[in-house]
Amino acid sequence: MNAFAPETGLLPGFSDPVAQSQKTFRAVLEATSRPGTIVSAPALPLAPAPLNPVAAALVLALVDYETPLWLDPACRQPAVVEYLRFHCGCPLVDDPAQAAFALVVDAQTMPPLSAFHLGSDEYPDRSTTLIIQVPNLDGGDNWRLKGPGIRDQAILSAGHLPAAFKSWVQDNHLLFPRGVDLLFAAPAQLAGLPRSTLLEG
Amino acid sequence: MYVAVKGGEKAIDNAHALMADGRRGDENVAELSLEQISGQLSLAVERVMTEGSVYDRDLAALALKQAQGDAVEAIFLLRAYRTTLPRFGSSLPVETGAMAIRRRISAAFKDLPGGQILGPTYDYTHRLLDFALAAQGGDRPPVAENAEPVEDSMPRVTDVLGHQGLIETSGEGAEMPGDLTRQPLNYPAGRDLRLQNLARADEGFVLALAYSSQRGYGNTHPFAGEIRMGEVAVELVPEELGFAIEIGEITLTECQMVNQFKGSKTVPPQFTRGYGISFGQCERKAMAMALVDRTLRAEDLGELVTNPAQDQEFVLSHSDNVEASGFVQHLKLPHYVDFQSELEMIRRLRRENAEAAQ
Amino acid sequence: MNTGYNFAYLDEQTKRMLRRAILKAVAIPGYQVPFGSREMPLPYGWGTGGIQVTAAVIGADDTLKVIDQGADDTTNAVSIRRFFARTTGVATTEKTVDATIIQTRHRIPETPLSDGQIMVYQVPIPEPLRWLEPRETETRKMHALADYGAMHVKLYEDIARYGHIATTYDYPVLVNDRYLMRPSPIPKFDNPKMDHSPALQLFGAGREKRIYAVPPYTSVKSLDFEDHPFEVQRWDQACALCGSTESFLDEVVTDDQGGRMYVCSDSDYCGERQKDQMQ
Repeated sequence: MNAFAPETGLLPGFSDPVAQSQKTFRAVLEATSRPGTIVSAPALPLAPAPLNPVAAALVLALVDYETPLWLDPACRQPAVVEYLRFHCGCPLVDDPAQAAFALVVDAQTMPPLSAFHLGSDEYPDRSTTLIIQVPNLDGGDNWRLKGPGIRDQAILSAGHLPAAFKSWVQDNHLLFPRGVDLLFAAPAQLAGLPRSTLLEG
Repeated sequence: MYVAVKGGEKAIDNAHALMADGRRGDENVAELSLEQISGQLSLAVERVMTEGSVYDRDLAALALKQAQGDAVEAIFLLRAYRTTLPRFGSSLPVETGAMAIRRRISAAFKDLPGGQILGPTYDYTHRLLDFALAAQGGDRPPVAENAEPVEDSMPRVTDVLGHQGLIETSGEGAEMPGDLTRQPLNYPAGRDLRLQNLARADEGFVLALAYSSQRGYGNTHPFAGEIRMGEVAVELVPEELGFAIEIGEITLTECQMVNQFKGSKTVPPQFTRGYGISFGQCERKAMAMALVDRTLRAEDLGELVTNPAQDQEFVLSHSDNVEASGFVQHLKLPHYVDFQSELEMIRRLRRENAEAAQ
Repeated sequence: MNTGYNFAYLDEQTKRMLRRAILKAVAIPGYQVPFGSREMPLPYGWGTGGIQVTAAVIGADDTLKVIDQGADDTTNAVSIRRFFARTTGVATTEKTVDATIIQTRHRIPETPLSDGQIMVYQVPIPEPLRWLEPRETETRKMHALADYGAMHVKLYEDIARYGHIATTYDYPVLVNDRYLMRPSPIPKFDNPKMDHSPALQLFGAGREKRIYAVPPYTSVKSLDFEDHPFEVQRWDQACALCGSTESFLDEVVTDDQGGRMYVCSDSDYCGERQKDQMQ
């Protein structure tokens, strides 16, 4: 990785953008098409605090000038904003309901999922995709998942989520085909929870 | 032996070689240069640029050469190349009011500020095959110098009418017009996207629709308010500079059709607009586009939508010749699996019919 | 490998756009996501949607198989396989079991698919309701309301007229009990292979600018009626080359006296079976 613009403190993005974007996308595709599966992140770029490398990789792979991005308050650090502006060129929006993507580094203080763009009945694809940074994918409550992409049942236990999170996810599923889609970014792994997934119990 | 589909790779290579052979033709005849195509088949080049959505005479000439003069194939080549071009930004709207005019006519007014300028046109030629041209050109009549220089002020006819409130305002355009080459068209489409679609649309398709609207399949009563052709500057504001710089000059043909409108409950009787534009001198296309732009405004103006040329889903979904050509011609691809399924079904239905008849 | 263009031809911004559309498609199984389809160097109607999906998905580690009518050596399959060989340099294969990505037109391989494989279907007309209602604005509303009565009526009219449903390919399916979907013009023989497939199934319609998906292990039901259950084609003959009685057979005309033979449409499946029989 080359030391890029060290005087401004701007961190480099992917060292091999074409290959690492593709590999990261495939990891996200795997996570989304098989909800609950814990997928190893194939590329871990240097990330400006408080972003972890997986959250940074997801943003680099998916976000650009066509996708308005919402940042949670904990994420709104100059180094992060500068990093996103430079590498992604994405517009930053204040209203979560305007966001194509949302980046949450502290889920404890995040607004409910219903605050984001939920899509419409005619265009459910226009909803927000949330990238939620978590310390681990096996330290929280065990959620039993059912739905497309899951053979019988899958278990996900992402850590450090607010108490109401499970009910948010259940309410989000009830909106189907509307609803947001979730990607959990642990320090070296990711998992997906699309709107189609039913959380049992 | 079963060999029906074997040898695909070799056959494809051979097909390419045969086409290359046909393209070159007789080796004793000099090969066409891009300069010749660009200079001497300029209207073909301009159509390819217009419908190919790339203003580059050399690339359009190359596409025409490669496609053996097939305009639709050349447009396809240019479009596919366009896909790979990075975007640096969007230009400012070009100011056609400040065009360096080479041709400017109005069918609505006998005379108008700036005057009528016939310029280059085949309109009044007698369509007699010129055998002198077959014999290497022959003599060209000298181009007469203009007795008077073209006036600097050449206001658009629609602006002249606008001062008197007799024509609708053109309306403030979208802050940033959409781009159907980046985002898929959703219906109903706004006028910005309809115009983009028509500008790229197949000339023959737009021409036929425009014609149908004149023959009663549509409710237009158009006047060619103005047609102008000439050069305009293209300006861009680079992020890092923050002010506009001129990046070049392009030739455009613009057509403003003026149409009757009887008015509605909220709008007094006035003229309405239809707008057409093309790269280069594709005047037929620009005029047809202006007619179809107006027919497609039927719904916005509270007119009944009863004809094909007024139906935006019908027009916009079928106007693109790269799409249309591909889909019509895909019927050449093997369909034997589906055909087999249909064959089985027909046999079964016939068997069942025969059994029922007994 | 041709280095004049970016890996897999498309620029990175276009790939990101496609990838975002694919992810939304997977999250809403069977729903058609509009996307900014690009002009490709192959004609519309010849697989540009499938090619864009494959270009967005494919990486250096992948092994690509391309089939048309079930065969690897039909001209369009050859052409698309060459396109990716030229623009990506990835390994290509004719073996279903060795492929990580299989781009297809009109067939699903006979060899069962497995976890981790991705099927990419080329789709000419993505909208299942299109013959019933030509307007996009109307069909979009019908999907929003899951109002699929018209399709049931259409199929029932077949039964009233012919005694059974007369649709033989591109037979409509209901995905995840929600969206009506066209499976692309595969014979209905292949429809059962889509149901709860371990493979991820992606569908690309380039000219119509739609991407849709069926995640692995997802319900895909062919529409039918209790008294007229869905059924697939069966042949009285076996494949003349490998003897299979399980596969989809193409009819090959051998002379102009009505002579014909039946052979597997899946060339890899048929070839592997013949090889096994030689041993």
